[in-house]
Amino acid sequence: MTSSSIKEEIEKANTQAVERLMESEPHWVGMDLAGKVITGLKDRMLLHAGPPITWERASGPLRGALIGAVIYEGWASTPEEAEKLLAKGEVVFEPTHPHNVVGPMAGVISPSMPVFIFEDPKYGNKAYSNMNEGLGKVLRYGAYGEEVIKRLKWMDKVLYPVLKATIDEYKKDQGKGLNFKNLIAQALHMGDECHNRYVATNALLLKEIAPYMFNTGIDRKDVLEAYRFIANNIIFPLNMGMASAKVMTLAAHNIKYSTIVTVMTRNGTDMGIWVSGLGNEWFTAPSPIPKGVLFPGFKEEDANPDIGDSSITETAGFGGFAMAAAPAIVSYVGGTAEYAVENTKRMYQITYTRHKYFTIPYLSFQGTPTGVDIRKVVATGITPTINTGISHKEPGIGQVGAGIVTFPMEPFKNALRKFAEKYGI
Amino acid sequence: MSEPDVSKVLRLFKEEVKVINVGLEYFYKELRKQGVNAAHVIWQPKPELEKDLEDILKKIL
Repeated sequence: MTSSSIKEEIEKANTQAVERLMESEPHWVGMDLAGKVITGLKDRMLLHAGPPITWERASGPLRGALIGAVIYEGWASTPEEAEKLLAKGEVVFEPTHPHNVVGPMAGVISPSMPVFIFEDPKYGNKAYSNMNEGLGKVLRYGAYGEEVIKRLKWMDKVLYPVLKATIDEYKKDQGKGLNFKNLIAQALHMGDECHNRYVATNALLLKEIAPYMFNTGIDRKDVLEAYRFIANNIIFPLNMGMASAKVMTLAAHNIKYSTIVTVMTRNGTDMGIWVSGLGNEWFTAPSPIPKGVLFPGFKEEDANPDIGDSSITETAGFGGFAMAAAPAIVSYVGGTAEYAVENTKRMYQITYTRHKYFTIPYLSFQGTPTGVDIRKVVATGITPTINTGISHKEPGIGQVGAGIVTFPMEPFKNALRKFAEKYGI
Repeated sequence: MSEPDVSKVLRLFKEEVKVINVGLEYFYKELRKQGVNAAHVIWQPKPELEKDLEDILKKIL
């Protein structure tokens, strides 16, 4: 193929990829147990965020979350027992993304954990994520103490049935699931960027679902407890935003000749990407340590390298890429309001288009930077910058802060080389 | 030898300065602190790339 016709093929493929990403319609359609609905999630198996990893190379927070999930499932009763099972391979773990699953931070999901089911009626894709536990000492940041397991059990016994019945009531009344893309688009106009700031989204979500929650027929005490849990957890919609982003990026994935990135994720040791035209092949590099604001009592040396699937939000054109819409986020992740605007502007240089539906009031309602293009990343030397939570590097401790992280260049270069090899360039 | 015409340069000191700053943002921030009307353009030089990547990009970008 000549150089001009390959260029044309790439442009056509990328236009199609971003069009599908933007036109995708993620709806929250149900709740179920992970082991029942996630294809390939078997007994004695766990899922985790990021690219594949072995127990030996797994970071502290990932180890902590895996240990916690083994205890949660009742496969072991002490952390020591759990560690043995994991080290011997008697409990196996695989990355979330190949199963169409996303999980924040360690992203550990076990078969009996409840998950959100998201569906895209337009392109037919489905994605899953777990329920958000809140901030601080939580499983996804590597904590696994008694309070963590107790909270997870409460989420299973009380929150899960309430949410399951709520979405069923909603669908009965509305004739379809809850359109989460609409919530994100609105929240971007209300000061959220929908990765680390979900304050407005949470209010919008509760406004939408509260009437259905209180109409489920479930004991009012339980419904009120569930309502309060969501209302007090300002990051609760994160997992739903991530499942939405996964549905959107699935629509852009596996398009021949496309150079658009469809997965960016980290496991606390490595970060990795997928590229639409290269299928499910991982391109990885060591995960960088985020810079940001640490909680009182913690120091920079406590921070683990970046971890989590939550950068699926930036992959879909919001989150850190939409920081100009959310100046207040800098009080959580550090930096200045000007920096938030700058970051969004910088990301335009490495993305293929501006989002049709996600817009930023401060930038004259310009669309968010959408569709990271590996060609532009390599040509400009600019890699994606996202905002993120920070885990303690030791297992069992939890969250120590939040910050900003810029991805390494190597995976983008290697993906470009593989692209050239695959398409005979 | 005739004297160079510096009138245009001297005019800069008499009129309001309007600056477009390209690249290093520090200069822009300092000018803004001094009340100078300035705009900033985010720009950085092209990175030096390995030859194989240069060759690929020439064909597909």
